[in-house]
Amino acid sequence: MRLANVLHLGIKELRGLLRDPVMLILIVYSFTLSIYTASTATPESLNHAAIAVVDEDQSPVSSRIITAFSPPYFVVPKLVTQQEMDRRMDAGLDTFVLDIPPDFQRDLLAGRSPTIQLNIDATRMTQAFTGGSYVQSIVSGEVSEFLDGYRGASSNQVDLVLRARFNQQLDKGWFGGVNEVIQAVTMLSIILTGAALIREREHGTIEHLLAMPVTPTEIMLGKVWSMGLVVLLATIFSLIVVVQGWLAIPIQGSLTLFLLAAVLQLFATTCMGIFLATVAGSMPQFGLLMMLILLPLQVLSGGMTPRESMPQIIQDIMLAAPNTHFVILAQSVLFRGAGLSVVWPQLLALVLIGTVLFIFSLRRFRKFLR
Amino acid sequence: MRSTAHQNAPSAQVEAAPVVRLQQVGFHHGKTQALLDVSLDLPAGCMVGLIGPDGVGKSTLLSLISGVQVMQAGRIEVLGGDIASRPHRDRICPRIAYMPQGLGKNLYSTLSVTENVDFFARLFGQNREERQARIADLLQRTGLAPFPDRPAGKLSGGMKQKLGLCCALVHDPDLLILDEPTTGVDPLSRRQFWELIDDIRRDRPGMSVVVATAYMEEAERFDWLVAMDGGRILATGTPAELLARTGTDNLDAAFIALLPEARRKGHAQLVIPPRDARGSGEDVAIEAENLTMRFGGFTAVDNVSFRIRKGEIFGFLGSNGCGKTTTMKMLTGLLAASEGTASLFGSPVDPKDIDVRRRIGYMSQAFSLYSELTVRQNLDLHARLFRMAPDAIPARIDQMLARFGLVEVVDSLPDALPLGIRQRLSLAVAMIHAPDILILDEPTSGVDPVARDSFWQILADLSRKDGVTIFVSTHFMNEAELCDRISLMHAGKVLVSDTPAAIVKARSAQTLEEAFIAYLEEATGTAATAPAVTGAPDPQPRAEPPPAGRAAPFDLRRMFAYTQRETLELRRDPIRATLAILGSVILMFVIGYGINLDVNNLTFAVLDRDDTTLSRDYALQIAGSRYFIEMAPIRDYEDLDRRMRSGELSLAIEIPPGFGRDVERGRGAAQVAAWIDAAMPTRAETVQGYVEGIHAAWLQQKARLLYGDAATQGSFQLALRYRYNPGVESLVAMVPAVIPLLLMMIPAMLAALSVVREKELGSIINFYATPVTRLEFLLGKQIPYVVLAMANFAMLVAFAVFIFQVPLTGSFPTLGLAALIYVIAATGMGLLISSFIRSQIAAIFATTLITLIPAVQYSGMIDPVSSLQGAGAVIGQIYPTSYFVTISRGTFSKGLAFGDLIGSFVPLLCAVPVLLGLGTLFLKKQAG
Repeated sequence: MRLANVLHLGIKELRGLLRDPVMLILIVYSFTLSIYTASTATPESLNHAAIAVVDEDQSPVSSRIITAFSPPYFVVPKLVTQQEMDRRMDAGLDTFVLDIPPDFQRDLLAGRSPTIQLNIDATRMTQAFTGGSYVQSIVSGEVSEFLDGYRGASSNQVDLVLRARFNQQLDKGWFGGVNEVIQAVTMLSIILTGAALIREREHGTIEHLLAMPVTPTEIMLGKVWSMGLVVLLATIFSLIVVVQGWLAIPIQGSLTLFLLAAVLQLFATTCMGIFLATVAGSMPQFGLLMMLILLPLQVLSGGMTPRESMPQIIQDIMLAAPNTHFVILAQSVLFRGAGLSVVWPQLLALVLIGTVLFIFSLRRFRKFLR
Repeated sequence: MRSTAHQNAPSAQVEAAPVVRLQQVGFHHGKTQALLDVSLDLPAGCMVGLIGPDGVGKSTLLSLISGVQVMQAGRIEVLGGDIASRPHRDRICPRIAYMPQGLGKNLYSTLSVTENVDFFARLFGQNREERQARIADLLQRTGLAPFPDRPAGKLSGGMKQKLGLCCALVHDPDLLILDEPTTGVDPLSRRQFWELIDDIRRDRPGMSVVVATAYMEEAERFDWLVAMDGGRILATGTPAELLARTGTDNLDAAFIALLPEARRKGHAQLVIPPRDARGSGEDVAIEAENLTMRFGGFTAVDNVSFRIRKGEIFGFLGSNGCGKTTTMKMLTGLLAASEGTASLFGSPVDPKDIDVRRRIGYMSQAFSLYSELTVRQNLDLHARLFRMAPDAIPARIDQMLARFGLVEVVDSLPDALPLGIRQRLSLAVAMIHAPDILILDEPTSGVDPVARDSFWQILADLSRKDGVTIFVSTHFMNEAELCDRISLMHAGKVLVSDTPAAIVKARSAQTLEEAFIAYLEEATGTAATAPAVTGAPDPQPRAEPPPAGRAAPFDLRRMFAYTQRETLELRRDPIRATLAILGSVILMFVIGYGINLDVNNLTFAVLDRDDTTLSRDYALQIAGSRYFIEMAPIRDYEDLDRRMRSGELSLAIEIPPGFGRDVERGRGAAQVAAWIDAAMPTRAETVQGYVEGIHAAWLQQKARLLYGDAATQGSFQLALRYRYNPGVESLVAMVPAVIPLLLMMIPAMLAALSVVREKELGSIINFYATPVTRLEFLLGKQIPYVVLAMANFAMLVAFAVFIFQVPLTGSFPTLGLAALIYVIAATGMGLLISSFIRSQIAAIFATTLITLIPAVQYSGMIDPVSSLQGAGAVIGQIYPTSYFVTISRGTFSKGLAFGDLIGSFVPLLCAVPVLLGLGTLFLKKQAG
């Protein structure tokens, strides 16, 4: 293997990429706008939740409760009857229906502890949980304000002091933004390398290369380093300019450590790109294959929902994917400021997976060239 | 005797009324002018040939005449009417047959021979008996009868073209349009092809044939010729007239003579000086001994031997797929031979020793340089890969630019250059490292005669002046004649190797082509059998087809022709079939387990500085909840920090010293601190809620112990009823919403791909050129995907109920009926998308965007449609997924039946005709 060949073949890839406007736009979009939207558009868990009220009391306290629900958390409540309630919930029009019983105010003042019923459409998980506790606290607040002075509030004798670490405000945009960078690294490295190989095959240039004194290893490494470099530079730009600058998301740990891991991740995913391209054969097939491979990689790696909530077997299988380790590492380093002493197992796993993928892809690539 | 048989066959009289009349026809592809003000009458009832090199407008002209391409300027009358008028096109379509350029271009490579012809017969509305009779007859005539079940993709070039002809002739056309039907086909198959045409014309004397060809020798047997160059007509007339007018003895020379002065500039009669037989000339440069290459059970190259001397131009003559390229790859060491040896300058070629390649310059078939690099960058890259000294490279590049006449285009991209110049660039690249041997794989196909002669002049110089050994493959006879020696190759075997003159003499033939055919006949033993049916009486007189092939505006047979073909193709494409059958289940599995909103198995640990019964009780309270798993106790703050940073702990609880005492005494000062890992904020929110709840429960429990039940009595109660999903389980909530998402995305994508694939592969031409209507085409393609989607639906529901254990509480028939309507809408959406898109990869991206975003964000999967605002709300109200989500959740979780959901069925039903109507409206029945 000659490093000079690897270098020239890589430069050739870079020149080719420079003349491919579609890919360039995709790279720029993925590392700028897409990250910005992912960060700023992450919706709050409760957003215009549909609520209706069955007001059987028609008292000052019930109207007080009704007016307490307002945008942006809730829509302005609709007043419905009990018969309508079931129909509307069946049709999925309301997520919450509050049923205030007759004589609620009278019973309340008489200390008979009346019961308000809150119906929740639990097929809407996202709103059901958080919304339920919001409704609960809004109703309690209104009722106790109404009763203010009527009965003294009982004081808790033990305080619970909650402190959120690493993201005090629980700002979802931080997570959304950084997570999008991680996803873009995986997606683009696979697409760029895979497309570069398929393009050569479709144009017949790969055969031409083979007639020259270059080896398959050199051809593959040329693509790996050049496409990896492009994604790495885009990642650096996006972390510094978009994430830290534009979105003002604080990064806790060492950027260098993260980038080292990114290099290892890129090595693994670019090899994966080569492998997929040898399986697919044509661009459209590559596109279909990507759908079946990329989605599980991204969704099950723990980047979108916590890994520990997944079934054990899936957690175990996903340990073989580079993404899983990269996501764990990225969260530790970027959010929690972890150092090498904490994340070395992930680095080691990335090195191992990368090496295995490289050997495997190279074998497959050699066969493909026959 | 054979040659006379086909010479007199066609009745060569030129009739008065032209079959095609062109008036001032112009056409451009983007900025390129393909046709310029062409006016011409093509005589009826005879064989008209269009001659000229690639890119002069022949194909454009033929596609306009066939009505496949939309007219841009001028007027064309075909079979007595204006081809631009749609009613006229519809009327004459069943009378025209069009076979586009490219080997097997209009065939379906995974379909068998019979299936291909059958498809076309169905498109022309033939019933079963008629189809069977015609297919049997055509396969018999073309010699394809022995291989009815072979996939079209596995046929040789000659057989592909014969099959293409069967497909074109299945409906007895009056006008047969053939675009370069014999390019790349071996001479024997070529001759058989023309004999077949003669044979058919004898049966149907009224049929007009219009043919484009790149082989001038072939054109000599046509009745009437049109010579074209640069989008214009150079001359028309019978071959004899053209020869007489130019005073030449062959059409090649006549064509060059007809070219305008400027194009002929610099063209001199090509002269290759005889090889100088000095002593050095006897060194053997390339030697092959019994080379054999097998791929699996297929022998691509069979026992090939030859010996090429230094400085010799050695030609390899044979059809596409006869083993030329494989032999060349073995010589260069790209492929290791299964048997036998190849040696260069006396030393055996070792595929592992890549240094051998530095002595060879290789120019592969078709243009295969980097179109994204400029001329100079291409040369530079190759020089470096051949390890030339970096400081010598610029000088060498300049030298090559000058020698190959590329100085003016040095900074251009190859795609912007004419074919002839690109071929010179390829040669320059192959020569950059000054190799001793040049291996050229069909270097001049499609190049015009002037450029070809200048290319060969360079080859002659290289051979005679520089002593470069040249090994060149071709399927053009006139090029083979320029070589010092040639090998005739067929089906992996070398039939003969000698000088062209000796080969002709050995067979006492007139031309090299005749000699080659004689060798081929000897080798394949087909001499007597293949065209034997010629002139044989038809077993049954063929009934003329009912002339009104398009009586019905909607024909089920034509529609099902597409359905059947689509099904067969899908079954034979592993990646698409996997996506179609398993894709949705795989994705449901991923989403069901991956997008899990339950947060549990959370890790926590306690830093207990109090260590009393009460503090341990507090910790136990948390450990006892089903959400948390307790880890080893925390030792100190540093430990806490480290373990939280590593992500080991999601929650850390610190209980201060004196906690137990403070609580016992009822002092308000007792505090518990909880640190929550907020790297993932949604999880942190949930953890926060859990901790608060557990804390409150613990307090209440303690209070009850201390003060009795009265203390717990609140001012009012809030009773929570989690309806439809009492366990508040994520899967129950997600699965009924994921099914609509997957049934939208995947069927839409497959349906879109099925149309766009045809556009990309070129077989869409069959839709343009046959009487099938737009609605038949769309519905025919849609049916298999609707069936597949319903199978997917059944699998998804089974998966949901049995694997994910999500109960189906409502009416399954209601859900099934809704799914059927929904997948018809989803595939309709895919077809609508396909009418705007040309490439498959764009279709994949576009369908994903158009289906995924509305289905995930605006269809009530996460936020109910009723909480949406603005554009999102509008999309949510018209997008079919919204209604199917309601039906799916209603039947799965809410125990509803048809009567309860009728309000959601109505909009779903409306979507179907709207989507199909728009799809039909936007689909084009012509290229343009």
